Formats: sequence, C-alpha cells, structure tokens
Amino acid sequence: MEKETCTFSYCEKPEVIEHETDLLIIGGGMSACGAAFEATRWAKGQNIRITMVDKAATDRSGAVAMGLSAINTYMGQNDPADYVRYVRNDLMGIIREDLVYDLGRHVDDSVHHFEEWGLPIWKKGDEGFSLDGFQARDAGKPMLKDGGTPVNSGRWQIMINGESYKVIVAEAAKKALEINRQETGVEENHFERVFIVKLFKDANVDNRVAAAAGFSVRENKIYFFKAKAMLLGAGGAVNVFRPRSSKEGQGRAWYPVWNSGSGYALGMQVGAELTLMENRFVPARFKDGYGPVGAWFLFFKAKATNSLGEDYCANEEALAEAKAKYGSYVDKLGTAIRNHLMMRDMKLGKGPILMRTDQAMDAISKEMIEKLGEKEGKKKIKHLEAEAWEDFLDMCIGQAGLWACDNVEPDKVPSEIMPTEPYILGSHAGCAGFWVSGPDDLGAPVEWHWGYNRMSTVTGLFMMGDICGASGHKFSSGSHAEGRIAGKAGIAFILDNKDYSPAIKESMDDISAELYLPYEMYEKYKNFTTDPKMNPHYIKPDLLQTRLQKIADEYFGGCSTWYMTSKTMLETGLKKLEVLKEDAAKLAAADLHELMRCWENYHRVLSLEAHARHIHFREESRYPGYYYRGDFDKIDDENWKCFTNSVYNAEDLTWEMKKVPYVQLVD
Amino acid sequence: MPSYVITEKCDGCKGQEKTACMYICPNDLMKLDRDRMKAWNQEPDQCWECYNCVKICPQQSIEIRGYQDFNPLGGNVIPLRGTDSIMWTIKFRNGVLKRFKFPIRSTAEGSVDPYAGKPEADLSKIKQPGHFTQQGAGVEMPTIK
Repeated sequence: MEKETCTFSYCEKPEVIEHETDLLIIGGGMSACGAAFEATRWAKGQNIRITMVDKAATDRSGAVAMGLSAINTYMGQNDPADYVRYVRNDLMGIIREDLVYDLGRHVDDSVHHFEEWGLPIWKKGDEGFSLDGFQARDAGKPMLKDGGTPVNSGRWQIMINGESYKVIVAEAAKKALEINRQETGVEENHFERVFIVKLFKDANVDNRVAAAAGFSVRENKIYFFKAKAMLLGAGGAVNVFRPRSSKEGQGRAWYPVWNSGSGYALGMQVGAELTLMENRFVPARFKDGYGPVGAWFLFFKAKATNSLGEDYCANEEALAEAKAKYGSYVDKLGTAIRNHLMMRDMKLGKGPILMRTDQAMDAISKEMIEKLGEKEGKKKIKHLEAEAWEDFLDMCIGQAGLWACDNVEPDKVPSEIMPTEPYILGSHAGCAGFWVSGPDDLGAPVEWHWGYNRMSTVTGLFMMGDICGASGHKFSSGSHAEGRIAGKAGIAFILDNKDYSPAIKESMDDISAELYLPYEMYEKYKNFTTDPKMNPHYIKPDLLQTRLQKIADEYFGGCSTWYMTSKTMLETGLKKLEVLKEDAAKLAAADLHELMRCWENYHRVLSLEAHARHIHFREESRYPGYYYRGDFDKIDDENWKCFTNSVYNAEDLTWEMKKVPYVQLVD
Repeated sequence: MPSYVITEKCDGCKGQEKTACMYICPNDLMKLDRDRMKAWNQEPDQCWECYNCVKICPQQSIEIRGYQDFNPLGGNVIPLRGTDSIMWTIKFRNGVLKRFKFPIRSTAEGSVDPYAGKPEADLSKIKQPGHFTQQGAGVEMPTIK
C-alpha cells in the first residue's frame, strides 16, 4: 500500500511549544507523584528544573484515580527479605530480588507520608476490632509512624479509607513541583492533558535519551520537551486482549482502561531492554463488575468453591495433575496456580465458581454476637457490612452498582467469580517491564547495576511503576516509593552530567507531521464517502483496537482459547499483528480526542507484540493459570529458570531475544 | 455508561472554558456542547465508572447507569462527596436502600505542606540507599543477610 505522509495540506498545522527542562517526569500516577516529591528536595539549591507531563488531571490520573480500599505493600514489622520470598513465590520463582528488596526497605516511608498528608488509615481497636481512620484518630490511636497498629487484611496489606488517596498524593506532588518552579524561575512545569507519544535519542551521544514529543488533547498544540534525564511512569497495558464484556462493558476493565501501554511503547521505541514481557496478570474477580476479592478472601475469610460446594484448591486429583506438569510450584498455591485450579473446574462444567460471602458473613456474625452479646454484636455487624461495601465503593464502584442491579446482598447470597481477560503490567501481581539497573549494596551480580538505580539500558531514561520489570507486587505504595528512588537517582545522574545539552537530529516539522498524520488522513479522505465512519482509505482507532484484541484473544492465549497458545498460533498471530502495525500508519482521527486514541492504540500494538514475542521465546508454561504453551505445557526449570530479555529495533522492526541468568539473593 | 448528564440540571459550568467534568475525567470523555451549554459523555464504552465526574459536578447533574451488556436496569449508586467524608446511597432494583458514610481525608484540602518539618537532602548521600526523609532521620537501611 502507498505510504501516506502529513504535509498539513488538509489538517491545520499545530503550534509547537518547545520546553527545555532537566528532569522530565512522564506520567502523573503514583510513581510520577513520588518522583516529583523526592526529586524536588534533592534538586533544592542546584537549579535543576523538574517538569511533569500528564495526559489527564493529576488529581485523578493513573491507576489510583478512582481510589483504593487498601494499601497492598506495607512492611510494618516484617523483614523485606520475607517480602522478597512472597513476591518470588507468587511470580513463579523469577524476579529481580535486588529491586524487590530495595522497594521493601523504602516503601513504608511513603505510606507514613500518605497518612501525614491526610489519608485515613484503619487502626486496630482495643478489643481487636477495626477502627476506620476517623474512629482511630478520635480514639487517640497513634499514626503508623508513631507506632500505630494498622488493620492488616493480609501480611502485606493494610486497610484504608482511600476514596481520596490519589487526590492527597497528587496534592503533595503538585506542591513540590510548584516549589521547584519557584526555585528555578520557570514559567510552567506541570502540564496536564498533554500526551507524550514518542521519545527521541540524542543526535551526538550514543544511546542517550534526549527529548519527548506529545500533543495537547485540548488545543491544537504540539509539545516538545528536551531533558537531561527522563523518568518514565506511563503505566501498563489494558484492553489489549478482547475483553469478556462487549460494547459498553469493555470500559469496565479490571485495571484502568486508560493504561494504554504507553509506558512500554515509549521505552521500546528508543531500544530500552525489556524483561519478562511474557508475564501477564489474569485476576480472578467478581464476574463482570470486576470488584476486588482480596478483602473478601483475606479480611472476611470467605471461601471460594465450585457450584457443588467443593474447594477447587483442595482437589487431590487436580493437585496431582498440576504437580506432574508444574512441580513444586503448585505446593504454595500462588495466584497463578489458584487460577489454574479454578479454570480446571470451570472446564469440567462445575461452575459457576462462587465466593461464599454469605457463609463468611454468617460466621463472623456468630463470632461477634458470641463475643460481644446481642446488642453490641449487632452494632459491630453493621460496621462490618459497611466495611464490605466500602471495599467496592472506594475502588470499584461499578461492582456496587452491579450488586444493586442484581439485588445481591452479600450476607444473603454468594457471588460468582471468574478469571478476567489478560493484562500486561508490572506493579500489581505481574512483572512485565524494562530491565533496569538496581542498587549496588545488595549482593546482586555486577551486571545488574550500571550506576544509577532504576535506569534502563538507555542512558538517562529511568523506569518506574508498572513498566519497571521483574519486580511485581509494588502496588500503589511501592510505585510511589519506586518513583522516589528513580527521582533521586535521576537527580544524581543530572548532577554527574551537568554539561550535557540535549540535541536531536529530527526536525520539528517532521515530528509535527508524524504526530498529526492521523489528523491529515481523516481530513484528506473524509469526504470521499457519505459517512466518514465508513471509509476504505483509513482505519479509525476503535476498530484498530478491536482487530488488535481479536488477534490477541485468538492467537496469544486470551479468554476464548482458555489462555492457550503455542508456537504455531503465536507465529500466525504475529503475522497478522505485523500487518496491523502497517495499517496503523493509516489511522485516522476526526479530532484531538481521537488523535489520542490513535496513538494510545499504536502503543497497545507495540506492547502486545513484545508480549507475544516473549511468550514465543520462552518454551515452557511458566505461568499456568495466566497462559499456557500447549506445545510446552510444563514448567521447565532446567532450561527456563531465567530472565528473558529483548530489545526492539524501531528502525528495522526487528527483535533481539536472549536469556539472562536468574540469581537468587535471598534464601 | 457509563456516566450520563441530566439535561435539566447541567448548566455547562456557566460558560467557563472547561467544565468540572471535562477537567477531571481521567479518560477525556466529557465534552461540552457550547450551543446547548450541556456536557455529555462522548465515548460511553471507554468509561471506567470511576465516578470522578459524578463526584465533582457542582450541580449534581451526573449519574451512572450500569453497563447494559450485563447490568439489569433499576439499581443505582449515588455519592455525595464532602470535604472530609463521602456519603453513598445505594438503591437496589428491588427497592432496598443502603446508606454509608466513610472518611476521605483527615486534613483540609490544599493544606499539605510537603517539606514542613522534613530534613534537607544531604547530597553527599545521594548514591546511598534511603529516601531523603529516611536518611535524615538516621534510619539504617537493611541489606540482604
């Protein structure tokens, strides 16, 4: 097909805003906010300019936009080495233990700051029952930093009243940015509704990131940022696989629908090395509404069973069958293995799988009345009911709505749970992301640190949150702490490279033309047909996404094949994906909102390609319950207990894949 | 949906440059029709039901109707977000009503002073582990034993 170019013959040429800074933070979520807070303090008195660019409004951007009912990574009295053991077990034996340990020793300080800034955190009452953040304060319970006892729902999880979690964390970050702005005398250093879509390398210095380009989703403006160092925190990839829901419901993704793989794509375009991109997360959640199950399992001690009332995780035959393929990994019943066992029963027709909320509430009620008597007991039960609903209302309001529409009162009837479509991410219970330099004081191999913590294999480009690989289970607090680690390291890097001045070889005109091509396409061809939606010359972003999801689902182990794939399926799918990537050059946008969708979906294409190529390279089924290689349906430690790393060459569209030895640091 | 805007209640935020819902939506879904001065959700199938538009609307003109590919009609969830707490009203399809009130923050909005009482960062330690706050407080950073 003929290649299209943008000459601004049809669409209006945007104004170009050039902005020079020192530290550029890309993204506005938890890691980006942590980075702004930490970096500003280290930059004080050094005349180092810090800039944040967020595609949304920082008060409610990123994965915590809706709120959360728990902070899932808090050490408390625990040893970070135990945290490493837990993460390693859940991620099937292969993680960067230096990164995970490092996170564990830094994370609590972020949680203490959240509480200081105003986040209400539950505390244990004198009788052992939970108090919400206000009850605890009114009862004179100390804050966590002063020795207060949180309410743990699991060993690493503590309960919060987290409706405004992101607003509070954003406030500290915005204040920090404003302090840096005043210190350095720049006019503006916090850009909202600006979507970064491409990074550029330096023209003169080998393998060094120099600039980032994006556009306003509100005005006809292109933004071009030059920086000495960049912190990338642009999130994981959601809705790359065909979702179980259709039409409207596809917005109800389990992870935020606006996480479009931009974090992966931006780093890949400049050749940053990836690791474990085959990893994915398939959460088992309440069916359709995707409400959280963690508090129900851990806090309310609810059991999940098949519809015959059997505990699918205790079926001897199923366990023996799983052990024959996946060995001792089955014994600890990590998240992937529990999914595997659940799906086995579903395939045998023993579904739906049910979360026995009714039985759990009944047991707790009896215990309360026994302990406290009828009157006090009932009061506590009422409080408990509120806690159960708050779990949804803080972080997945749609699930509360679904229960209301379905007339589900959790103390009366059980609810269905179900494995969702796959997600690619590295801060929740997944670990797909970039290969980064780690700390140098934890006994890791020398090849694992090249000077600056969390710096990728591209000089000056740091990774944090969802896209910092091989170190999952950071969650919100860990992402914030990782942003702080990266922010501090970024400042150290800038101090060591004060004389560097970024320069790129591409011209502003070429960059503008590339970014606005979908706009030009639309304007050029829209009148060819009577309805611009139906047009043979271009593809609209929603349909590109639909085609992407269909390829992912049918060839790369989505829901429709019960997460099954193989060499032959992957190779067929990758051929189709390559054609789709070509077609992405014919994306068409009717307005700035659609221009954002075009680029988001291009980022999804790249993220998915990395995912598929890694699954293809790893000839085993490392993550049963998340995906299966039908041609290698076993865990093969002898050949594959290693990292799988790759580099994408955006010039000639080729991939280099390699194995990197796994090294255990914690016994 | 996804969020919907009640025609009678929406005043388009009185002709300001952008409406509150446009400002806050994490997925850039809300638009203002300047002819009618009414906001609308331009892409309901990309709505996460995060309720940020509902919570921020000064006219309380935005509500959510559950995704119709799996939600029966008739239930709804309505928040009223104050300065320190949020009230929720949940109406079931069968008429059952539940009301809850939860804390949202223990400090006044805008009162965060990020570095008040915090130590300075010590540049001689920038390559050692520990956030500036941990280093400043003399926290010993553990290592793998």
